[in-house]
This record gives sequence, C-alpha cells and structure tokens, in this order.
Amino acid sequence: METDLNSQDRKDLDKFIKFFALKTVQVIVQARLGEKICTRSSSSPTGSDWFNLAIKDIPEVTHEAKKALAGQLPAVGRSMCVEISLKTSEGDSMELEIWCLEMNEKCDKEIKVSYTVYNRLSLLLKSLLAITRVTPAYRLSRKQGHEYVILYRIYFGEVQLNGLGEGFQTVRVGTVGTPVGTITLSCAYRINLAFMSTRQFERTPPIMGIIIDHFVDRPYPSSSPMHPCNYRTAGEDTGVTYPSVEDSQEVCTTSFSTSPPSQCVFTVTKAHFQTPTPVVTDTLRVPMAGLAFSHQPAALGVGSADLAYPVAFAAGLNATHPHQLMVPGKEGGVPLAPNQPAHGAQADQERLATYTLSDGAHCAATPSSSEDTETVSNSSEGRASPHDVLETIFVRKVGAFVNKPINQVTLTSLDIPFAMFAPKNLELEGADPMVNPPDSPETESPLQGSLHSDGSSGGSSGNTHDDFVMIDFKPAFSKDDILPMDLGTFYREFQNPPQLSSLSIDIGAQSMAEDLDSLPEKLAVHEKNVREFDAFVETLQ
Amino acid sequence: MCRQNAKKGHGGRGWWGQEGSRRVTCLCSDLAALAGWPLAGVKPPRLLFSFLSCPRVRAPGCRMNCRSEVLEVSVEGRQVEEAMLAVLHTVLLHRSTGKFHYKKEGTYSIGTVGTQDVDCDFIDFTYVRVSSEELDRALRKVVGEFKDALRNSGGDGLGQMSLEFYQKKKSRWPFSDECIPWEVWTVKVHVVALATEQERQICREKVGEKLCEKVINIVEVMNRHEYLPKMPTQSEVDNVFDTGLRDVQPYLYKISFQITDALGTSVTTTMRRLIKDTLAL
Repeated sequence: METDLNSQDRKDLDKFIKFFALKTVQVIVQARLGEKICTRSSSSPTGSDWFNLAIKDIPEVTHEAKKALAGQLPAVGRSMCVEISLKTSEGDSMELEIWCLEMNEKCDKEIKVSYTVYNRLSLLLKSLLAITRVTPAYRLSRKQGHEYVILYRIYFGEVQLNGLGEGFQTVRVGTVGTPVGTITLSCAYRINLAFMSTRQFERTPPIMGIIIDHFVDRPYPSSSPMHPCNYRTAGEDTGVTYPSVEDSQEVCTTSFSTSPPSQCVFTVTKAHFQTPTPVVTDTLRVPMAGLAFSHQPAALGVGSADLAYPVAFAAGLNATHPHQLMVPGKEGGVPLAPNQPAHGAQADQERLATYTLSDGAHCAATPSSSEDTETVSNSSEGRASPHDVLETIFVRKVGAFVNKPINQVTLTSLDIPFAMFAPKNLELEGADPMVNPPDSPETESPLQGSLHSDGSSGGSSGNTHDDFVMIDFKPAFSKDDILPMDLGTFYREFQNPPQLSSLSIDIGAQSMAEDLDSLPEKLAVHEKNVREFDAFVETLQ
Repeated sequence: MCRQNAKKGHGGRGWWGQEGSRRVTCLCSDLAALAGWPLAGVKPPRLLFSFLSCPRVRAPGCRMNCRSEVLEVSVEGRQVEEAMLAVLHTVLLHRSTGKFHYKKEGTYSIGTVGTQDVDCDFIDFTYVRVSSEELDRALRKVVGEFKDALRNSGGDGLGQMSLEFYQKKKSRWPFSDECIPWEVWTVKVHVVALATEQERQICREKVGEKLCEKVINIVEVMNRHEYLPKMPTQSEVDNVFDTGLRDVQPYLYKISFQITDALGTSVTTTMRRLIKDTLAL
C-alpha cells in the first residue's frame, strides 16, 4: 500500500511503536510486581524519557521484550502479548490476564506522526497505567509472596485466550491511529478464579531445584519461559504489603499439572510480611489419607535478579489435616490463627503447626531436607512469637471480582472425614477462644491443651459455631510503611498469647487445702529464724 | 454564548450564574451608548462591532458544546475523600503533561511526568496519580471542603463535584478574559450510612469495584481523542495550561462542588475556584 509517509516520518513512527511496545511491557510487568510504583516528575526534559512519562526500565524485562519482538514490530496478525499468570507454591498455575498490543489495517493518513501520534501514545500509556491497577490481577499481585507468585510471559504472534477460563472479560485500554495502521491495546482477564488442583493428595517427593519446564504442556507455539514479576534490585525493599486473604470459591477444572487429577478445592492464601507470621495454604476438602501440601514459601530470587525463574517450591508435607491460616489484611479476611492438627498428628505437629514463614529472607533454594517438618522449621527461622494457640478458622472470603456473597463455612459442612475432630470456627472479637475440652482432665487453658497435639483436639469439637460473624480487624489508620508490621498484624499475632506458667495450675500442683495445711509448719520455721529476719530488716533500713 | 451550552453538564448553575450573562448583555449596550460612536456611517472597530451585532464569541477551535461526562458513586462517609481523589486524579493524570520549555523558532520541549500509586485506606482500591505534591495538595484541599460541606449539610448526603477544563480567551480591554470550558467531569456522590462492620467490609469491596468501573469509563472517554485545545505558542500557553505548578502542567482547570437535595437542585451553591476568574465589572 502506498503510504504518503516520508521516510523520516516512517522511521519515527517505527521507533515510536517499538518503544511504545517496550514501555507497555514495562508498565504491565511493573504493575504486577506487587509493589507500589512511584516515579518522579521532572520539569526539565531529560531526553531519555519516552513519551514524556517517567517509566523505569527494568533491564530483564526489556531484554525479554526485545527477545520476543526479535526486531519486529506489532503488525496485522502479529500482536505482542504479555501473559500474566499466577503460580502457587504447590506448582499449580493459572493464567490471569493477557495484554495485547495489536495493529490493524485501518490507517489514518492525515495524522501527524511526530506530534499527534506521539502525544496519543503518551496518553495511551497513561491509560495503561490507570487500567493496570484496576483489573483483578492487580490485587492478587499486591498480595503475592510466599503462597503464590505472579509470572509474566511475552510472546509475539497470535493471541491465545484459551487459558483464561470461561467468561473472561476484556477491557480496551485505547487505540491510536497511525498512518500505517491503528494500534490497539487491550486486556483480557479471567473472572473465575477458582481452580482445581490437579495434584493428587499424597506424599509427593519434594520438588528440588528450579522448575523450568512447567509450561511444557501449554499449547503455545512459542513456549517462552515464565518469569516472576517480582524483580527486586539490590537494596530496594518492598513496601509492606498487607497480609490478606484470597480465596477461591468452588471447584472448576484446569489441567496443567502432570499429576493425575483429583478432587480438591484449592485455596490460595497469602501472607507477605516483613515479619514472620504463620500462614499456610489451606484446603477445604481433604481426604485424610496422606495429604501433602507444601508450606514452604515459594522462594524467589529476592535481590538476586539472576534467578529468572520461580525457585524452590516446597516439599510436600504430611499435614494430614485440613487447616487454614488466613491472614486478614487490608482486603479483609479472617484473623490469623495458627492451625491445629485435627487428629492423630505426629509429635512434630507442634512444630509444623507453629511454623511461620520467614520474612523477607526468602531462601533462594530449596532446603535440602526432604522432610516437611524440617523445611518448616527451616522456614520458621526468625519468627517472632511462637504461636501456641492452634485454632483454625475457615472462612470463605469473596475476592473483589467474584460475584458471590461472603459465606462462612464450617468444617462440619465440609466433606472431611474426621470432621468432628477438626477445629471449629471461632469468633474473633471478645469471645473466649476455645472452651476447655469437656473431656480433658486438665483444667488448663485451651491454649495449653492444644499444645499437646492431639488429645484435646478431639475434645474441642464441642463447639460448633455454625453462624458466626467474622469481623475483621482492620485498623485503617495505623498502617505504617516504615515498620514492617502494622497494627492489625501485631494485634492478631499477639492476641492469643500463651498463658503465663505461674497462672497455670499444674497437674501435680498442690491443692488449696494442702497449701493451707502446710502453712503452720512454715510459720514455725519462720519463727525459729526470727532473729535472722530482724537482722536482715535492719540492714535494709 | 458558548458558556451557556457548557451549563448543561453541571446540573446546577453554570458558573456564570444567570446574572452573569445578563450583565454582559447590558454592558454591551451601555458601552455602545457610552462610546457614542460619533462617526456616522463608518463601521465601528471590530471589537465593538462584534459585541454590538453578535454577542456570541467564538474562540478558534472552540466547540459550541463542551464535552460533559457524569459519574456517580455511592460511598460511605469516610470513603468520600478517597473516592473523589481517585476520580479527580485519574482524570488529571490524562490531562496533564510535562512542563513546556519553549525554545527558539517556536519549538518546545516537554518535561517528564512521574506517576505514583496511591492505596486507599477505606476502599479496596489503588489509583495512579501524577507525582506532583502541589497538585495533590490542591485537590485534597477542595475535596476536604467538599467533604465538610457534605457532612455539615445534614441533608440526604447528596452532592457533586465538577472538574472543568477550560481555555482562556483573551479579550481586549475592558473585558476580562473569557473562560471557555471544553470538558466537564461531574462526579455525583451519594453518602450512605452503614450500621455494622460487616456491611462496611462489603462496602469497601463494592466501592472498590465501582471505582474500577469508573476508571475504565474515564479511560474510555479519554481514548476517544476528541477535542483537545491546540498546543499553544509561548505567548498563549497560559490560556491553555496551568503553568503555575512546578513539575507538571495540567490543562487549565477549575473545581467546584455543590450540595444537592434529592431533586438535584442546589441547596447551597458553594463555589470554590482554584483559578480565579471573574467577570468583575
């Protein structure tokens, strides 16, 4: 087609489109890093800020984008796509969004390249900045960390929307007409965030090392590797992200695991703190025989930008019980409660149950042990307070983009064997925690009772709160970016401290009567030593 | 006049008010009389002529109808500020450029606009704004006033804010400059009171989702690439852009708000102008 474009304009246009594509990728990936982005305005032009916008260039991302483009530009039928997906610490993954930069044939010959097109591209980038914070994946990415990570992949060619599940929605960011075609930027995002883990729940050997071929099954022509969206340059600290909960609702099928499929509802939870807090992925529906979850935080290359892949997904665990730690945060959710082994747990359940995630000190490689408890204790370094309270709360919380009312789920309504022994819901505010197990001989606090792994846990099934209101403690005013822990986290962490030993009544403690009986003898002894006491008192005066 | 059409978007009084336009008309005739144009048969200078014959003044490129967009949100009392800031900042993000630096031969270079994410405390929402503390302060000030007015009105909790982008058209003495709006964004707010914590929690999420929709709407409008003022020459730049900020340069804008009752009529008309512009004659 004959274009009236002179060569200079053509060259400019190509350059604009190329850098626009690169900046688009930067904006999208940076928006999914999980951090707040902040760049400074500068009144004097630096000459290096394309489209007059301060968008930092992450080198790895530019490199990937250039690799995908391979010297070409988006053209008709050749779109540049950025795929954003979520990958849990257990290895399950799910596509969340696909951002497409397309070109169609509708040309606008009259438009001035160096001026109007440039300014409109700049406006489109601003729109992209705004839209990237508005799709559901943004909130997910802000909460990524130990339980799941957000990955990106750039490819060039036909747009593949299959992985987004049913009923995905699209939003158009904008279009810019140019003399060679119309550039369109749009995003298709997944609505249905529930997915079924296709992993069978049995003890699986730990996954060691780096997962490279995870996406080999994908039907994509270009199987470019996925990259985590959380590059951190040296010295940069991530801002505090709020501990929060993200729940999936019901079972739906996906099929991207090599393990045989099995029925399991998988819930993605997340806590991303600077201070350690117990967090665990939960399953709501769990066959008792041989569960394996991974509780190892998905360790990512924090500070080591050379790790291009998500690293070190956890060892399977022998957590043979449903449990859940949901950490409420800004987005609401349930208060934190460490979990409680449901039944017959091993002696090391305590350690398992009281694990916490190490904070920012992600280990960059899988722990060498293949034992879950060891991995757990590895990761529990640096935890602030042992959580001796082991209670579990099950709550289904609706994410911002799912059209379901919040409803609480109690264990009794779930399809779990030994549900009777599973811990029950409790009310956060005010109400006493677990009532003493009725058949437990000790009179100590429920906290202690639950410390001793299993015995009392069965008895704690006495309370079934079918309907309770989970009130989230969300101190909006007390969020502090400087301190790693906000008031809400602090409150939750320390709201159930272990009881003072002096206040507890030991089994072997003397009864009151015995105490009284021994008093006269003690008095007699003291009277004998009266002189010594007097001398002592005199020294004090 | 162009301005009369602009009133459409407000739902209330145009910012001239009814008195304003009448005043101008009277002025024209008075001035003509005053001028006592002595030279019969000679056409009066164009200035007077245009006023006498046709009071419509059209700036080059001015559209008769300025673009008007209306957004509505229902929020809880403590969410008002953040919701308004989110919308206003999103619009201003698209309507701000870097500072212009004019060089010789009529060319200019443009500074860089930085952006930053802002998390809302009372809403599950994050928005992007330009990195300009001055602009943020100005917006917060007027939004704070709006919030106080809403609270003190004691009415149904209905109000609206208008963000108007305008161009100045210089008029010769003795007329002061005209302000010709080319885009008006109106945000209608309905404040609800919630009783329980659970409702508030749901409200956080719902309002977050609603604001997401609003941002998408705003971006859609921006993307239509409809009328924008032409890039001005150095002498005209203050008629198009607000050059008073240190680090960014938004289009000339003014923000006003009204507290309305259920019928949409204005109970108290409170005008706050960030850019002073008056017909002080």
